[in-house]
Amino acid sequence: MRFSGWRVLKEGLTGNRGWGPQWRDPEPKREYDVVIIGGGGHGLATAYYLAAEHGIINIAVLEKGYLGGGNVGRNTTIVRANYYLPGNSEFYSHSLRLWEGLEQELNYNAMMSQRGMINLFHNDGQRDAIVRRGNAIINQGDDAELLDQDAVRRLVPYLNFDNNRFPIMGGLLQRRAGTARHDAVAWGFARGADMRGVDLIQNCEVTGIDVEGGRVTGVQTARGPIRAKKVALAAAGRSSQVAALAGLTLPIESHVLQAFVTEGIKPLVDHVVTFAEGHLYISQSDKGGLVFGSYLDFYSSYAARGNLPMVEHTMETCLAMVPAISKARLLRSWGGIMDMTPDGSPIIDHSPIAGLYLNCGWCYGGFKATPGSGNAYAHLIATDRPHGAAAKFRLDRFSTGHGLMDEEGTGAQHNLH
Amino acid sequence: MRIHCPLCGARDRREFSYKGAALVRPLAAAESEAWHAYVNLRENPAGPLAELWYHEMGCGSWLQVTRDTVNHTVSEVVLARDAALGAGV
Ligand SMILES: Cc1cc2nc3c(=O)[nH]c(=O)nc-3n(C[C@H](O)[C@H](O)[C@H](O)COP(=O)(O)OP(=O)(O)OC[C@H]3O[C@@H](n4cnc5c(N)ncnc54)[C@H](O)[C@@H]3O)c2cc1C
Ligand SMILES: [Zn+2]
Repeated sequence: MRFSGWRVLKEGLTGNRGWGPQWRDPEPKREYDVVIIGGGGHGLATAYYLAAEHGIINIAVLEKGYLGGGNVGRNTTIVRANYYLPGNSEFYSHSLRLWEGLEQELNYNAMMSQRGMINLFHNDGQRDAIVRRGNAIINQGDDAELLDQDAVRRLVPYLNFDNNRFPIMGGLLQRRAGTARHDAVAWGFARGADMRGVDLIQNCEVTGIDVEGGRVTGVQTARGPIRAKKVALAAAGRSSQVAALAGLTLPIESHVLQAFVTEGIKPLVDHVVTFAEGHLYISQSDKGGLVFGSYLDFYSSYAARGNLPMVEHTMETCLAMVPAISKARLLRSWGGIMDMTPDGSPIIDHSPIAGLYLNCGWCYGGFKATPGSGNAYAHLIATDRPHGAAAKFRLDRFSTGHGLMDEEGTGAQHNLH
Repeated sequence: MRIHCPLCGARDRREFSYKGAALVRPLAAAESEAWHAYVNLRENPAGPLAELWYHEMGCGSWLQVTRDTVNHTVSEVVLARDAALGAGV
């Protein structure tokens, strides 16, 4: 089924009786060329690009819950390409370019909105760091504009510019950054993969990974054993547990990140705005709710909900920066489990087991990575060579110390990135 | 969440800062593989985990806290000194 304006009009006039399910609900086959563990954004995008760009269609995506029920449906939906270090820089640049053509490619409205993102700075040191980052972004071929205080005032007049502790001195604007509807991204990739023959199998937890003579041969699942020539992990916050099924220990700690949304209010926040003091990011959804978040809870956690001290901290920071919203009521808050690495950057690589591939360590930045990660991971799985834009996401950088990408400069401590 | 400091009693989680899994530190001369495991690799269990917390706004002790990472139940707290994590591997 193709979506088009004409089709929407026709269905609207005929009682919307012509819409069917957007993907099949197949029984698992006994064997596949590729089995992908995890039906989040990355797993679904990987299946899509394997089918669309590499002609591999005998694929199953095994999801223990429902498609998009993990972090892909829990994040604050910010998409950007403003990384500083080589490795991350070219990858997120590649991913943003894929985002820009994604809706046409998938024939699916992912509500991609390049509304622009402004990273504020509050002191001279931060200004220097932001100028340096801006130059790196421009060198990579992406856009960055330095704004002084007046320019920021014109764009986002509602901020607390004269906050005594954290005065807003200026910001870095990336016009191509923005937000996308997270569920729709998962659904769009799911539909695109299904249309090309990929089996999307839900309620199918992987409970074992079969390895014979150092090579992967298949998986054990809640719906029976499935043989596979290649098995690809895409389990985000559960990566350590899935890797443990194959006897692997990963350089990952799982941590909870929370997100918050207020009741719907009139349009106020037109961009994505981030504050550098206290760390906070805010945007406004199309329904009017203010969507914002802040730090990790700081201690490792598999509870898909957060702690109250971080709720309090986030509200305080939010009101320090945007006092005008003090009367908006908070509707909901929730948490998701993040796969944190010691340098804060991800892994897309072979594993020590032949035929078993790793895609993990996305920390709290993996939504914007969704198309880039799927695209690069599909390339690795299909050709056994890393994609040019993700060649530095190696697993062995932690054991050798070469090529670590610590954007925050906080050292080898999982919870500090 | 509250942590029962052996010296100060039960205190709010905000008095403490977090280091991570409580692992036995390798000897200075240990192979780099042992250091790699210590610095980077984590069992990362969904369940009980021994970890290091610092009673920053209390007595200033390092504690080894055994906490369930799924529901945050704290089952044991001892002074890190007594957990002998510096013994070397
Ligand atoms: C509150 C919050 C805010 C965030 N904000 C942003 C943001 O603004 N911008 C950004 O870029 N990123 C953001 N992120 C990070 C981003 O959401 C994640 O990095 C990314 O979604 C992870 O990849 P995924 O979509 O594949 O994960 P998931 O959607 O979590 O997919 C993994 C899937 O694997 C499944 N699975 C696990 N174990 C098994 C098993 N044994 N068998 C079968 N299936 C299994 C899970 O059920 C899950 O569906 C945020 C995250 C959170 C929680
Ligand atoms: Zn104490």
